[in-house]
This record gives sequence, structure tokens and C-alpha cells, in this order.
Amino acid sequence: MTEENKLPSGHTRIDSLEMRGITKRFPGVLASDNVNFDVKAGEVHALLGENGAGKSTLMKVLYGLYEPSEGEIFLNGKKITIDSPTDAISHGIGMIHQHFMLVETLTVAENVALGLPSSKGFLTDLDKVSERILELADIYGLKIDPDAYIWQLSVGQQQRVEIIKALYRGAALLILDEPTAVLTPQEVDEFFVIMRQMVADGHGLIFISHKLHEIMNICDRVTILRDGAKVGTRNIADITKSELANWMVGREVSMTRELEKIERGPSRLTLENLSCDNERELPAVKDFSLKVHSGEILGLAGISGNGQRELAEAITGLREIKGGKVLLEDEDITHVRPGEVTERMLSYIPEERMRDGMIKDFTIAENMVLREHHVPPFAEKGFLMLKKIANHSDDLIKKFRVKTPSRETKAGTLSGGNIQKVVLAREISRNPRVLIAAQPTRGLDVGATEYVHEQLLKQRGEGTAIMMISEDLDEVMALSDRIAVICEGELMGIVERADATPQKLGLMMAGENV
Amino acid sequence: MNPELVIVGVLTSGIRLATPYLYAAIGETFGQRSGVLNLGVDGQMLLGAFAAFYVAFTTGNLWLGLLAAIIVGALMGLAMAFVTVNLQAVQGISGIGFYLFGLGMSELLFKMMLGTVETVKGFPIVSIPFLGDIPFVGKIFFQQNIMVYGAFLLVPLAWFILNKTTLGLKIRAVGENPEAADSLGVSVARIRYFTIILGGILSGLAGASMSIALLNVFQQNMTSGLGFIAVALVYFGAWRAWGVLAGALLFSFVNSIQLWMQVLNVPIPSEIAVMLPYILTIIVLVLTVSRVRPPSALTKPFDRGD
Repeated sequence: MTEENKLPSGHTRIDSLEMRGITKRFPGVLASDNVNFDVKAGEVHALLGENGAGKSTLMKVLYGLYEPSEGEIFLNGKKITIDSPTDAISHGIGMIHQHFMLVETLTVAENVALGLPSSKGFLTDLDKVSERILELADIYGLKIDPDAYIWQLSVGQQQRVEIIKALYRGAALLILDEPTAVLTPQEVDEFFVIMRQMVADGHGLIFISHKLHEIMNICDRVTILRDGAKVGTRNIADITKSELANWMVGREVSMTRELEKIERGPSRLTLENLSCDNERELPAVKDFSLKVHSGEILGLAGISGNGQRELAEAITGLREIKGGKVLLEDEDITHVRPGEVTERMLSYIPEERMRDGMIKDFTIAENMVLREHHVPPFAEKGFLMLKKIANHSDDLIKKFRVKTPSRETKAGTLSGGNIQKVVLAREISRNPRVLIAAQPTRGLDVGATEYVHEQLLKQRGEGTAIMMISEDLDEVMALSDRIAVICEGELMGIVERADATPQKLGLMMAGENV
Repeated sequence: MNPELVIVGVLTSGIRLATPYLYAAIGETFGQRSGVLNLGVDGQMLLGAFAAFYVAFTTGNLWLGLLAAIIVGALMGLAMAFVTVNLQAVQGISGIGFYLFGLGMSELLFKMMLGTVETVKGFPIVSIPFLGDIPFVGKIFFQQNIMVYGAFLLVPLAWFILNKTTLGLKIRAVGENPEAADSLGVSVARIRYFTIILGGILSGLAGASMSIALLNVFQQNMTSGLGFIAVALVYFGAWRAWGVLAGALLFSFVNSIQLWMQVLNVPIPSEIAVMLPYILTIIVLVLTVSRVRPPSALTKPFDRGD
């Protein structure tokens, strides 16, 4: 560093950034309620809260995507206004979005150059951009090929492109919106190394995450939001992980679970050398064999896109099976149609619940009987028994604590957590023999996650064979009796609960046989 | 007839006939690369053709006719952009609406303002010095009118803009991932307004090339669906200027062959001959379309969500 207030990238440091009294109203909703928030150079400040607590709203205000209804922003003590992402960028504020903002069909250099003036006027100057990318990559230890197309890169590499993109634009302060959600444990470690380097160099970082242990690990301060309002700010050094959890939810949360001992029953679901293809007709699941027993939760861990979705669809009859067998107890259901698989009491909570798990424009009551709308008691002689459907859904709404104005509300208008409760209620209330639950808590906040976990454990207690597909290692380790790991469509091995460590599972997820 | 003369004739008119396809399809390429499907091309062409013809006919100035086609095309594009970008209409449906508007309006104006089929003296053939004197090749490529040259120059120009300029980068990004472009301060609305208006202008020129350079008349529905084929050519050309050129040439040569077959009284029914290019469209599209992925955001309105 040559000058006091310069970053290694050559840009000016942001010593402090302060948001004062930020309020954002949407019609009928107070998304952000008089929130104060600040970040200093050289610190990681975590922003924590349940879904809908107002984290994204606050950050979108800071990044110029939302105009605040009230409130002011100060940069190094001077009041500024941020009306657009361009404004934010010109003030040195960058944002790494949870869903990467990259154009897959363009190269790294083209993505970085997009929207910036070129040194060659109206012609692109990609060679110069590439040079600068390599320079920045060198300073921050981010290995990247400027000429690679985005679609060729792994998720971890794409994230590096996002960081380079922000640094290239002179970001001194970075908003990281759930940056670790898509990474493997090893990639998370590498990412934390990069974060520490940036902080040491004088960048300020805002870190949004649901994962408490990450916040405990990497952050200096934490601010908690609940229902749009700020609960408080604390130094990480002064707080424990469970205090943090309770504080966020506003009540006691159980962090670890002791699994009730249950005698493992006979095999309910058997996969024998199962193979199937993905949409591009490439092998997605290869020679996959395992058994799920009555009264156990088998966790299937793996990085997103390694054949989990295809596997679930093959089992439930939604995807053509190319080889091998699926047995439900003793019955071969390999080539049975999805509807008949359902009739044999196999339930499925799909990963894309908005797309595959429900019909958004149907009411909650209609969604509750999607699977059994055509059989008694919900239908008789071709007529829907509306009264019975209504009673049934009122029952489930109460039992599963779905927050909704009425059973006639369109399901698509509910929050993510409540939608998942509707799907869960429908799939569990029929007491299935086998339950396939894919990413059952993805995108849910701590409270809703806890509830889904309780319900899964309850089913386990009643003898259902559960296969829980999840990318969240904490979840897999907390709930599973046994943990299977899938990588590139192959089974890497099955680990007993007692033998599972994040390191071991992480290596298996990365494709190493342990 | 002398076989050499026939071959030169087929090739020369093949090149000429590619002209309206090229203007329209290159314009459509810009729109689709930015994520906008414009099915109103044929309507824009008809209005452009009428405007060019009417102004050229009444003033006797072909260049004023061309200017009229550009203005009318731009206005149609502006309206289309407003409906597509601001009102976020379903593009397939609104495009058909614009087509029907252009079809009906050009017919109405024709009846009100002209009444009968007239002719103008269109753009003359300009022989390029030296090149035009090359035997065989010169006649086919370098003894054409200015609208033909313009259409073929448009291809490398479009390629250059799309691939070598910052504007092209923005267009491609907006068509693939408008959220990403928006997050970097690229105005999705502005880019799409630009490409849709440019598409309208080029469609207008496509129409003008028919009414004041190739056929030199205006008739009701004189394009007879040519604009829809131009849309198909963009798919055929995999959203690339050179691919569009290949498609346009394939098309115009088949067209030229069927015209010459009729001239030479080849004993097949003329109805079958006229159908050839359209049958070819279907076959070619079935064989090629699944090959390349369209721009991801094609037909999707962009809404920042606030």
C-alpha cells in the first residue's frame, strides 16, 4: 500500500459507511422499519435474520435497486444518495448476488467489461480488460481465465468472477448475499481465505447468511433484523452460537438433535444399479444402489447438480429409467407410471416446490388434495366432494400451522415457508410408506426449518422410510441415521451417523472415495 | 434458351431476391439477440413498402421514398417497443397484432391514396467499376441496384456491431440475462427500444426494397408473408448475421429457381413451384432449430421487481 487510504486494487478505501433510519414501505408492507446499519473498513459485518426479516430490502436500498421511503446514507461521514446500481458502483459499493449475475454465453472478460466505458470508444477493449483481470486476480489470489466462458466454470469459479467484477469496478465495500449457499465445504474454506485477504487489505464486507457457524467463524460484528426492524448489533466475540440463534428467532431453538433410537425395520425402498439420463440425454445417475429402511432417515448429500434431482424423479416415476430396478418393499416399480407410484403410497417433496410441488394459481385446499383429488373421500363418481376437501384442508392448515388468511387463498401468494408446509402436509398426511424429501428446507428460515425437521422425525418415528436429499451438510448430519453421498451421479459411499464428519463428507462430495 | 444465360439469370435474380429477406432478418436478429421476438415484421414491411412507393411516386424522388420508409418503420418500431418494454405484452400475440395492423393499414392507405396499381422507376442498376466487368461473376454480383448492395453490406456490419462493440455486448447480455445487465447499470429498456426501432427501420427498408427497387409497384399484401420467413431465417441462422445470410441465400435461390422454372415452362404445376420455398422453410427449420439454443431471455419481458 503506497498511500494511507488506497486499497491494493488502487481504489479509494471506504473508512465507514452508515445507513441511518432506513425505512422502505411497499403497498401494505413495511419491509424495512427505521433501520440503522454501518460497516467499517477492515471488518466483516454479518446481517442475520429469518426470511422476510428485511435483509435483502436493506441491501437493495444500499445498492440502489430500491429507493428508500425514508432514511439517509453516509459515506466517510458525507451524505450520499444512491439511485441506481451505477451510483452504488461509482461510490465503491459492490454486490455479489445470491443468484449470480453472470451472462453464461459470454466470456469472463466480456462479463467484466459489460456496461463499462471502453478505452477504444464504441469498440470493446477485451484485451485490456483481460490484463487488468489477471492483475487483480494476482493481488487477491483469485485464479481465473479471462477467456473462459461462464458456462464452462464451476460454481466456485463463477463466484470468483463475481468478485473480480466488483473489484474491477472499484468496489471497496462488498455486499455478499448468502455467498456460501452454493459452495462445497472446501470451496467455503477457500472463499473465507479470500474474504480474510480482502478484509486485511482494508475492504469492508457485509455478509448475509443463514448459517450461524459461518457467521461465528468469519465475522467481526453481527446485526440482527426481525420483521423489518433491527433487533440489535453485537460483537461476535461477545456471543455464543446458540445465543445468536435464540436472539435471531426470538425464542429458544434447539441446535443439535439427539435422534431417538429406533429399531431399523425392513427395507422399504431398494435401488438396484439404477441408471438414468438428464435432459440433455447424458448419464445423470450411474449404477446407483442403496436401501432405505422403515424408520430411518437416509440423508443423500451432494453438491447441487450431481444427479440428485434425476435420482428422485427416477424413483417417483417421473423420469425414464435406463437400467436397474426400483423396488418398493418387494414390488418392482421400475417402469410404473407416476400416478400409480403415488397410489402405492410413495410420497415426494420435490426440490422445486413452486414448480413441481404445487400449482400456484390453485387454492390451498386444491393443492392439499392434488395427489388424491380423484379418489374417495375427495371424489366420488367423478364429482369433487368439496365439503370433505374443505374440512381436510382446514385440518391440515391447523395441524401444520400454515399461516394463511383462508383455505381459499391462492397457494402462490404464500411465503416460501408456508408453501413448503402445504406440500409437506399433503405428502405426510397420507402416512406414506416411503417419503422422498428433496431439499426440504432450502430457502426456509430457522423457525420453519425446525418445524420441517420435527415433522420428518415424526414420520421416522412412525416407521416411514425417508430419503432426505440435501445440500446442507448441517441438516444432513443433524437428521440422518445414515448418510449417502452422490457425486457425478455415482454413489461415493454410505457413512453411519456416528462416523460422519463435515471433512469426510466434503471430500466425498468432491468425488473422493473415502 | 442458352444454358449459360439461364444459370446467370437464376443466380442474378437469386442475389436480388435475397435483399428484402436480409434487411428484415438482420433487423429481427438485433431484436431477438436483445430478447424481443417481433412477429410484426411483415406488417412493418408492408407499411414501409407503401410509404416508400407513395412518396417516390408523388415526388419522383426515390431517396425521399427511402426516408419515408425509414420514418414509418421507426414509428412502428417505437410503438412495438412501447407495447413490449413498457406494457410487457406477450410478444407473440402483440407481434401478430402489429402484423394485422400493417396489413390492413397499408391496404386502406393504398385504396384511399392510390386506388390503382401504379409503377415507379425504381433504383437503377449500378455497375461497380472494374468488378462489374468481370465476366459471369460481374453480372451476378456487381450489376445490381443500390438496395441490393446495401443489404449485403448490412451482414458484416451487423456481425461487427454485435461482436466487436460495447453496444453489441450490451445487446447480447440483455438477451441472455437482463437481470445481470441491469445490475451492471445497463438499461435493459433503452437497449430493447434501440433494437426494436432498428428492427422497424430495417423492416421498412425491406419493404421499400420491394416497392421501389425490385418490383417497383405497390400491391395489397405484396410481401405475402415474406416477413414471417425472415423471422424463421433468424432461427435458421442461429441468431448470427452470417447464418442469416446463408439462410436468405438458400431461400432466394430456391425462389429464383422456381421463377425460372415457370419462365422456362418446366412441366410442373406453378402452384407446386410457388410452394417450394415454404416447404423448404418447414424442412429446414425442423432440421436446424434444435441445434442452437435461442437467447435465454427471448420473449421474456424484463421487470426489476420493485
